[in-house]
Amino acid sequence: MPSALLCRPRLVRFALMIGCASLAACAPKPPADLPPAPESPSVSSNSPAPMLRGPLPGSEADFMAAMAGQDVIHFALDKFNIDPVSSAALQAQSQWLSRYPGKHITIEGHCDERGTRDYNLALGERRANAAKNFLTSLGIDAGRISTISYGKERPIAMGSNEDAWARNRRGVTVIVD
Amino acid sequence: MILRFLPLLLIASPVAAQSVPSASPTGDQGGLAVTITADNAWQDLGVAIPAFATDADKPTAASAGGTVALGHAIADVITADLKNNGLFKPVGPSALPMLPYDQLAAPDFPGWQARGAEMLVQGAVVAGDDGMLGVSCGLYDVALRQQLKLANWKFAAADWRRAAHKCADMVYSRLSGENPFFDSRIAYIAETGTKDHRVKRLAIMDSDGANHRFITTGQALALTPRYSPDYRSILYLSYFNGAPRIYVYDVATNTQRLITESRNPTFAPRWSPDGQWVLYSMAISGNTNIYRVSAQGGPSQQLTDSPGINIGGSYSPDGRKIVFESDRSGSQQIYVMNADGTDQRRITFMGGRAATPEWSPRGDLIAFTHIAGNLRIAVMTPQGQDMRYLTDSWQDEAPTWSPNGRVVQFFRTTRDSGHTGIWQVDLTGRNERRLPTPVDASDPAWGPSR
Repeated sequence: MPSALLCRPRLVRFALMIGCASLAACAPKPPADLPPAPESPSVSSNSPAPMLRGPLPGSEADFMAAMAGQDVIHFALDKFNIDPVSSAALQAQSQWLSRYPGKHITIEGHCDERGTRDYNLALGERRANAAKNFLTSLGIDAGRISTISYGKERPIAMGSNEDAWARNRRGVTVIVD
Repeated sequence: MILRFLPLLLIASPVAAQSVPSASPTGDQGGLAVTITADNAWQDLGVAIPAFATDADKPTAASAGGTVALGHAIADVITADLKNNGLFKPVGPSALPMLPYDQLAAPDFPGWQARGAEMLVQGAVVAGDDGMLGVSCGLYDVALRQQLKLANWKFAAADWRRAAHKCADMVYSRLSGENPFFDSRIAYIAETGTKDHRVKRLAIMDSDGANHRFITTGQALALTPRYSPDYRSILYLSYFNGAPRIYVYDVATNTQRLITESRNPTFAPRWSPDGQWVLYSMAISGNTNIYRVSAQGGPSQQLTDSPGINIGGSYSPDGRKIVFESDRSGSQQIYVMNADGTDQRRITFMGGRAATPEWSPRGDLIAFTHIAGNLRIAVMTPQGQDMRYLTDSWQDEAPTWSPNGRVVQFFRTTRDSGHTGIWQVDLTGRNERRLPTPVDASDPAWGPSR
């Protein structure tokens, strides 16, 4: 099953960009004999029985563990373009989604507090759609992806400084079912 | 007891744009080219407002109590209205003698003159057998010993504050030459909770913060309300059912309906001045454009069609034009178009970003949020000229006009804590104050005069 191996995140996160024009071509359906839990970079290799203690494959917890922070992407001030770091994160997300094609996601778009409310709602929607478009360009069915904007209504960093604003300008991928 | 007055304060001289609103009024900053009043030598007027007299102390259904207590309360409300406006130096009933009922027809001009009053507001409140209150209000020039204006109103006891606002409106209009605005209401968003778990509820109140009422429970995030011109309904954004959509809420029946059936998110609702149309913005595949729909429902008409974010919108008072916000040039700027979407023109070129335009009910100015580092409230002409800041704080946004186009409300966010409050400022930029609200407050929307 070389194509499935090729798409495993730890092996080919960057090779994927060159080798797989579309993830659908890599793994249209999850092979039945795929290892049950994808290894997360955060799980240490000397852990005695990671597969027994790991999250349920295909679950939200599994996604979070596999992403190790890459469920969230970030944006520059007043921008909605996908930068190289976000691109890598979305590719990791697309690999997981390719493995579990029954799963649907919602992408939340968020903004920092330093904008007007209406505009930030629209900007959050734009950011969520930019992430959605990137995932569909990687072969994820658009019907599996919904978007929602929270504008500046749901900050995760509470300060009023550049660092907090940078953290709050984000797109968050959430497994919905 | 002598009423004390501040020195003559000119407020109507045309001067340069304000840069520091907190500066001393002795400087030549502030002020405005559009005069507040026809009289250039407008000054702080000493206005005496004794408790309204009554023929007999009768119990009423009013929250303030019987007619004697009510007469005092009415004079208090009038005093607060005029004082908060910043143009007058009113002295209220607590500092003045009781007004004998038989003095209503013949004011004691020498007595008021001895107290230093220039103007006298005196009136009466009488409880009718039908449960209604009769309120009369007279405005007198003490030096001229003349009655300037007299009016009577009948209100249900529960609406007694409206009689006080009507009287304050009468005094304000007669002395300033401007249209009234105190008898009006405000819809806004009441905020509680920490910055990361903010609860936002739709709420309404009188223009002075009284008669406050929460409309929604806070379970669904509520944002950006707009009172209908007839005060019967409120447009607002709710995350009811999880996604942001514009609803129209019926205040009398406590029911709401979607303004348009669509799977797409809708934002930034606005009424046309006649209440017949609703403007809203809808995002499709990340692009947001402005639409209008009949307030009765039906198909929507798309007014803007450009990639990016076109949002908001505010009608000119005659309903023929719409000012709105778009980032089609690369950053938020303000544009004007005809009400049918034709002839879209950018009007802001002053540097920085310009957002949330609101057309004055007088038609002469557009208030907006200017973003250049901090967010500040500013005004300009409908041609985008003569921009002036009205506020200077860390984050002030979302202006809404008083019904007479003379005062702008907005909300101010405090750095770090995220606390919010509704403030208002007049067109001089000097008379800035916070409105009393039971909890934090944002997104004010000022309705018309009633």
